[in-house]
Amino acid sequence: MPLETILNVVTGGLLTGLVYGLMALGLSVIYGVVRIVNFAHGEIMAVAMYAAVVGFAMGGVDPLWMIVPVAVVFFGLGYALQRGLINPFIHRPEHSQFMLLLAVALIMVNGLLVAFGPDARNVQVDYSLDSYEIGPLLVDKVRVICAAVALATCALLFAVFRYTAFGKAIRACADNLLGAQVVGLDVRHLYALTFGLGTACVGIAGCLLVLLADVTPSSGPAFTLLAFIIVIIGGLGSMPGALAGGVLIGVSESVAGLLITPSAKSMLSFALLIAVLAFRPQGLFGRAAR
Amino acid sequence: MVTISRRQFNRAGAATLGAGVAASVAPTVLRAQNRTLKVGVLLPRSGTQAFIGQSCQMGADIAPALVKQMLGVDIELMNADTETNVDVARSRAEKLINDGAQVLVGPFDSGAAIAIAQVAEQRRIPFVVNIAAAPQITEQGFRYTFRNFPTSVDLVRNGLSLMRDLFLATGTAPRSAVFMHVNDTFGQANRRAVDAILPRLDFLPFKVVDTISYDPAARDLSVEVAKAKATNADFIMLVSRLNDAILLVRELVKQRWSPQGIVSPGSPGMYEAQFYRALGKYSEFCVSNVPWYDPNAALSKRVDAAFVKQFPKERLMFHALNVGFTFEAMLVAADAFKRAGSTDGAQLAEAIRKTDIAERMMIGGPIRFDAKGQNVQIASACVQNRNGAPAVVLPKSAAQMAPVFPMPDWRARG
Repeated sequence: MPLETILNVVTGGLLTGLVYGLMALGLSVIYGVVRIVNFAHGEIMAVAMYAAVVGFAMGGVDPLWMIVPVAVVFFGLGYALQRGLINPFIHRPEHSQFMLLLAVALIMVNGLLVAFGPDARNVQVDYSLDSYEIGPLLVDKVRVICAAVALATCALLFAVFRYTAFGKAIRACADNLLGAQVVGLDVRHLYALTFGLGTACVGIAGCLLVLLADVTPSSGPAFTLLAFIIVIIGGLGSMPGALAGGVLIGVSESVAGLLITPSAKSMLSFALLIAVLAFRPQGLFGRAAR
Repeated sequence: MVTISRRQFNRAGAATLGAGVAASVAPTVLRAQNRTLKVGVLLPRSGTQAFIGQSCQMGADIAPALVKQMLGVDIELMNADTETNVDVARSRAEKLINDGAQVLVGPFDSGAAIAIAQVAEQRRIPFVVNIAAAPQITEQGFRYTFRNFPTSVDLVRNGLSLMRDLFLATGTAPRSAVFMHVNDTFGQANRRAVDAILPRLDFLPFKVVDTISYDPAARDLSVEVAKAKATNADFIMLVSRLNDAILLVRELVKQRWSPQGIVSPGSPGMYEAQFYRALGKYSEFCVSNVPWYDPNAALSKRVDAAFVKQFPKERLMFHALNVGFTFEAMLVAADAFKRAGSTDGAQLAEAIRKTDIAERMMIGGPIRFDAKGQNVQIASACVQNRNGAPAVVLPKSAAQMAPVFPMPDWRARG
């Protein structure tokens, strides 16, 4: 196998993995703070992808320009969802939370089916088929742009959590809930804000992914599963872990497809998942339970 | 106290027995007099094969009116979506039969066809396959399954013969091919056929340098195309569905690999309306060696007229294979119903077995089924995408224009 082919495939996997990482980041942030596993995560992303498709079909708006409005709307949607529906379930058993979010996911899938029908939709912008030639590398332009936007979004999110008072308050809730309540933080509001941030992240990921892949109403569950694999490998609740997990899955799937067989792509993801669960259950970047 | 004499008892008994016999016979009489055939149509109208399923559905939708004109019998459609899922296909077939379907038609998928054939056999309801090529569909001794579509072996044999004709007609001799195929029942059946037939054909100038299979629901084919590109093969021999064929061409353009051609030995995808819509100029010059319709046949003209009337925004040529074979399957069922004069499953199956329809839309001999329920008289044509539409380029007798091979580079297409 020529080295340049391997380099091209690894680069493609790396760039796709960064977008996967952004998608999984939303799930990880929500779990890290609110301690709720969002089982409707992939479905929310499918809704964002359809929003980008509609924007392009109705007004010719490039999904990259849709990122800001989608992020704002999805932040509000996440906030409202948490305050109105999920908050009452925070102290309930995990199976109740699971059923609630599964119901939300089913409603979204079927709502999309009613609104858009079963056909696959995609967005073909002018630069969809362009690529950059860098030495022996031939890099897909769309992937480069998507990966850059995903990295920028992650950096922004890290900065918000590290440097803003609001981010520090959210981290305080995650680190010591009782302490946060004692010092008078509005935990319910902060939980909703966190859910909003996580949902905005997945909304942005949806606008990027629609440039890379078709979307159907049934795409959601597959994305949820992929996000779970990534955050479990990276470490549930760990932000760097989500990004690293995305890259790891993106690259390993590509390399497995190239060196073994394309049908082995998903197989390797699940093999990695099993290996992590067996030898490092807290994930690569997660903290071990004390 | 009321007393009943022996004579009164016998009379009442005889009357009850007579009424019972009459009641049990009545449904049979009613069934025999039934003027409408309920046809359960199973197609993948959602999922990864949705576009093709919906294309086939048009062939079913035009059938009731056209069949009434042609044969004078009424058919009632009972539509079901298989969701591109074998298990769903099986359960929908069960439900259609429970709801009163008297014959099943469909399902544009080999895996689904095998599942439905098992249900049809158990319930003794005839099943006419419109499109599905896996040989095992008619190799398992099913008595209620009939297929008016070639097996993978015939499909590939015809397709490879047409490749030779294509190379002869264009004066080319590519030395190597990379074989890419979708990894489902249909794709596997085609792969087995290629593996079995190709080594024995000494008239073909090329060797297969690598075989690459891929997931039918793949979101991205970048790795597969990179792997194919690394072989540096002269052309791609492709067995695809629709969505994956679109993904593949997009990826070829992105990776700037212009092989001499993309030639299918007998699979859907590259002649479908959506392929042209999605790819525009990049859809041009792809070649599909597939069973095709004869646009000059009298039945094709009737079907075209009915099609345009019912779907004014569509053109038959973009749906020809799907509409043609689905309509012919409906015709087979209706013709058998007319001859059998019954909706009884066994009688209908027996009538289908004796089918002999000379006037048809698709290229090939009359529709007749052998002992296995297979029509073995279906030919293929070499169809090339030209000027945004499929055009027959071989055999010469039916050619609308001369073939082009090698195809122009992606970047030389304006």
